[in-house]
Amino acid sequence: MNETQPKLLMLMYGVIAFFAVVGVLLLVVDRAPKRGREKVQLVAFLGPAVVLLLIGLLIPAIRTFVLSFKGPGSVDWVGFANYSWMFSSSESRRILLNTAAWVLIVPTLATAIGMLYAIVIDKARGEAFAKALVFMPMAISLVGASIIWRFVYTARPAEQEQIGLANQLLVMLGGSPYRFLQDPPWNTFFLIVILIWIQAGFAMVILSAAIKAVSADVIEAARLDGVNAWQMFRNVTLPSIRPAVVVVMVTISIATLKAFDIVRTTTGGQFDTGVVATALYDQAFRFGEEGKGSALAVLLFVLVLPIVVYQVSVLRSQREIR
Amino acid sequence: MTTAAAPVASQSAAAVAPAPVAMSGRVKQKLSSRGATVTAIVIAVLWTIPTAGLFISSFRPAEDIRTNGWWNFFTSPAVTLDNYTDVLFSQSSGAGQLSGYFLNSIVITVPTVLFALAFAAFAAYALAWIPFRGRSWIFIAIFALQIVPLQMALVPLLRLFSEGVSIGDTNIIPAPELIGAQRFATVWFAHVCFSLPIGIFLLHNFISELPGELMEAARMDGASHSRIFRQIVLPLIGPALASFAIFQFLWVWNDLLVALIFAGGNAQVAPLTVRLAELAGTRGEEFQRLTSGAFVSIVIPVIIFLALQRYFVRGLLAGGLKG
Repeated sequence: MNETQPKLLMLMYGVIAFFAVVGVLLLVVDRAPKRGREKVQLVAFLGPAVVLLLIGLLIPAIRTFVLSFKGPGSVDWVGFANYSWMFSSSESRRILLNTAAWVLIVPTLATAIGMLYAIVIDKARGEAFAKALVFMPMAISLVGASIIWRFVYTARPAEQEQIGLANQLLVMLGGSPYRFLQDPPWNTFFLIVILIWIQAGFAMVILSAAIKAVSADVIEAARLDGVNAWQMFRNVTLPSIRPAVVVVMVTISIATLKAFDIVRTTTGGQFDTGVVATALYDQAFRFGEEGKGSALAVLLFVLVLPIVVYQVSVLRSQREIR
Repeated sequence: MTTAAAPVASQSAAAVAPAPVAMSGRVKQKLSSRGATVTAIVIAVLWTIPTAGLFISSFRPAEDIRTNGWWNFFTSPAVTLDNYTDVLFSQSSGAGQLSGYFLNSIVITVPTVLFALAFAAFAAYALAWIPFRGRSWIFIAIFALQIVPLQMALVPLLRLFSEGVSIGDTNIIPAPELIGAQRFATVWFAHVCFSLPIGIFLLHNFISELPGELMEAARMDGASHSRIFRQIVLPLIGPALASFAIFQFLWVWNDLLVALIFAGGNAQVAPLTVRLAELAGTRGEEFQRLTSGAFVSIVIPVIIFLALQRYFVRGLLAGGLKG
């Protein structure tokens, strides 16, 4: 069932295919007849990416939009039924609420913690090492991170010894064991902590670089004016790094789509912890409700649409300046 | 099609790039420096202890893990590799059998990274240096796709693989009948498609900044685009390729959703993440298996990450990030 040889063979095919494709594109095209060579080259360079994007992303995305107006099995048109289900059923309202919590809390807290850490370790001894400690979770899969935190949160009955760190601390402080993952509504917050743990490192790296770029003259001038630490942060540092803060917040808000991995690995969406991404997976790939799943996908798209529009307008203005 | 907010990043690159001249006075020195130290230590500890607990536990005997917390390791140390041999090689169905899944992760990741790098670099070059009509529009479209959630594509893409292409009732392109290990191809395909927008954008940032005179001179000498790409562009964009390769590697190796849909439930192609999520669901209290299993999945990305951190950070600052 789980043999090694066919896999290695497949790996070899994949690598051979890579060299074959690159070789054909780079060398054979070079030998194309002089007439029309420009066109051949353009197609060779841009063609693969454009075709893959059409087949893999653009056309499927349009089809998802269409599917969201169809019922189970994608046969009958159902109008807006899938959308009204999304906003009316009590379980899906729970899901929307949870998603809102993720999207609001994760970027805010991850950015705040990352900024705080970047400020306190700035110019400190061992700064690079201190950064690596907080940055490291970025390399860990969300599945791995979820297992790490499941172990922290795990709860034993009060008469047994605790094996999870969180409950051990709770018991030591005189409390009784708390089921962090099972008891709503706070369990969603404890799952959110996992993503903050992952994303704070990203915020820290970007903001640390931004803080180091604040003009020395400005800081010197402020210091001569005798401002205190808070005023310095509020009136000098923060305004200078505002663009970087926006970048970080936007990026992390989009990254909350990955809440899927965490919820699925820790609770499987039970105990009122579901989010749009897990509901989408359940509807489309487990319950055969592709219409509802597609409607949820469209909702995710609508949520990021303002960012897309904003980014494109920024890009266009940049390209016009050039 | 990924979780990238690259454009804003590039826009503020000037603000983000480290200043060459470091300055002595900063916010921190004005904060009470003891408070700063305490804050730094608290955050560093919170960010390290959970992983340390997992790591220590993975080497403790199963009986110890079940009965007391990992912090007892320091008072009564007992070390074993049993958890690892069990989770990697044991054939019992309750164990992880992770060695097979480990190989799957490698077979999924390597070709995906190679293809994504090649196609993204080609397209980035074309968009930067081959003039043609509609170039701006194609670039903007690819750029916008970056932020569209990949969830929008999943259902139809999976159908494409299972049903082929039909118009009305006539099947024009039959479904590829992939069996066993051949199903890796669908996972490769999905990952490469999803990573192209961010890859093209990231590499375009570098390639379009290359000196135009160099390209002009080569064109005057009659060099073809493919020759310019090989002999001028490729040697110069090494660091950019490295950044994107690391992103792509971490993204694919750590991905759960794409693998779950295009390889899920199939022991012959599913990667480590899928198997671990499954173990966490069915055997959530067997921490001797979960801790060692999690560590098996973490070790490669962490090594690569530590070794190539420089490129990773450079990539981040240049505006590419995938969740």
